[in-house]
Amino acid sequence: MREVAILGIGQTQFGELWDRSFREIGIEAGFKALESSKLSSKDLSALYIGNMASGAFIDQEHVGPLVLDYSGLAGHHFPSVRVEAGEASGAMALAQAYLAVASGEHDFVVVGGAEKMTDVPDDRGAAIASSTMDQEWERVFGASMASLWALAARRHMIDHGTKREDFARISVLDHENGSKNPLAHFRNKISLDAVLAANPVSSPLGMLDCAPFSDGAAALVLGPLESARKYTDTPIRIAASQIATDFVALMHRKDVTTVESTVVAARRAYQRAKIEPSKIHLAEIHDAYSIGGLMALEDLGFYRKGTAGKALSDGEIGNGARLTINSSGGLKAQGQPFGAVGIAQVVEIVRQLRGEAGPRQVSGQEVGLTHNIGGTGATSIVHVLTRVN
Amino acid sequence: MTVARFWRETLRRYNLGASKCPECQAVFFPPRSVCPNCSVHRKSLTKMEACQLSGRGVVYSYTTVHEAADGFEMQVPYVLALVKMAEGPMLTGQIVDVDPKDIREGLPVRATFRRLRADGDDGVIHYGYKFALENGAAAKK
Repeated sequence: MREVAILGIGQTQFGELWDRSFREIGIEAGFKALESSKLSSKDLSALYIGNMASGAFIDQEHVGPLVLDYSGLAGHHFPSVRVEAGEASGAMALAQAYLAVASGEHDFVVVGGAEKMTDVPDDRGAAIASSTMDQEWERVFGASMASLWALAARRHMIDHGTKREDFARISVLDHENGSKNPLAHFRNKISLDAVLAANPVSSPLGMLDCAPFSDGAAALVLGPLESARKYTDTPIRIAASQIATDFVALMHRKDVTTVESTVVAARRAYQRAKIEPSKIHLAEIHDAYSIGGLMALEDLGFYRKGTAGKALSDGEIGNGARLTINSSGGLKAQGQPFGAVGIAQVVEIVRQLRGEAGPRQVSGQEVGLTHNIGGTGATSIVHVLTRVN
Repeated sequence: MTVARFWRETLRRYNLGASKCPECQAVFFPPRSVCPNCSVHRKSLTKMEACQLSGRGVVYSYTTVHEAADGFEMQVPYVLALVKMAEGPMLTGQIVDVDPKDIREGLPVRATFRRLRADGDDGVIHYGYKFALENGAAAKK
């Protein structure tokens, strides 16, 4: 296995992009990534696309060749692989592309993530979003995605003394950061009081604890680290790419206050990257629901179980604080186009490590982590990225 | 959900049909054909024994749902819970005939046969288990 580097990054606006189609945003992200490296499309030998539910959202399956085709590359006939792992489809596509380059089978590949979610009404969108839970034994009994995360939140409060305000702060942080990201779905700041007073969705979670449905795409160009300098001045090394899985239904997990797949994926990633979580001060974490963000802080090893809430209220977490999370705005403010989330997280870490994050730049970071999960945690994928000095 | 897809699980959804591992004695709901606990889990393949849950359990976690899941719009606000059954498995289900303010962890509940939802305006009606507080459970707080 050889070392793999990120050579280019691209991202579209996230939000309600009614004037833009799935194929348009996919192509825009891919070409932006290519343009930001010194590669051209003739250098590529494969395309990977993370996408969760194009069949349900836009009645279009087989999106691998579709995006390749409209990128003008149909004549090259190279493989285009659509990857699905629920809301972790983006990071899963990256994990597959990473393996393809690491193995030596491919030299240069584009890996994108895209989702077009606002071509369906909100209630239909919520039903599609619920398709990553167990349809037979959760959804049939009235479970929504928010309600499952709410069940985890309530038990976290019971077992660990976590307060409602603790996870509400995750949404406040996301919006603070999103206000500085021109590509974010939401660019307004919100107060803690606003989160607490928002309309209830599934107690204790309210409207502002829940990430929106967004359209958007993001993409990366990968290649072997050994020749990376030929194609970019600032290659970013993929130091670890680790996937872990668990029971699909929340009720079957060993402990609903821990996403064990995240614990395991993170542990494997730290071993592979030879780094301790205490040495990581920059992360993009999966917070489709605010409580998920709080749990990720613990499950990734940044805080012991039951202590992330206090760290949040003590101000240890925030841009430029001990730990910077979701400088992009996270899922809550940057937005949540399912298949694009895991790739956009990596795009943001690459910007930060290259010093290209503009008003949200955090100084002096050599390493960053991304955390993307599917469903309520049946899949977790952790990537560790480092500068190349 | 199509008629056949719902119908084929009625034994479980109506009668709480479960399965038990002959190796480690753990009980699973819904029934599993392979035990996830046993280290040589292939040993349990084809040997899992059918059994039935008593319907008794306690509330492990709970939420009041205001933004309904698809098809449950007429029921909001409704209480959804994780219920730890007496035999061991955890189930996801609604708690009915209760003021959401009265729910807390540890309350004893019993499964009750209810209408879950209608499959659209002209589809079949789905039935299955929900949970109700054991007599007097809420009053004891």
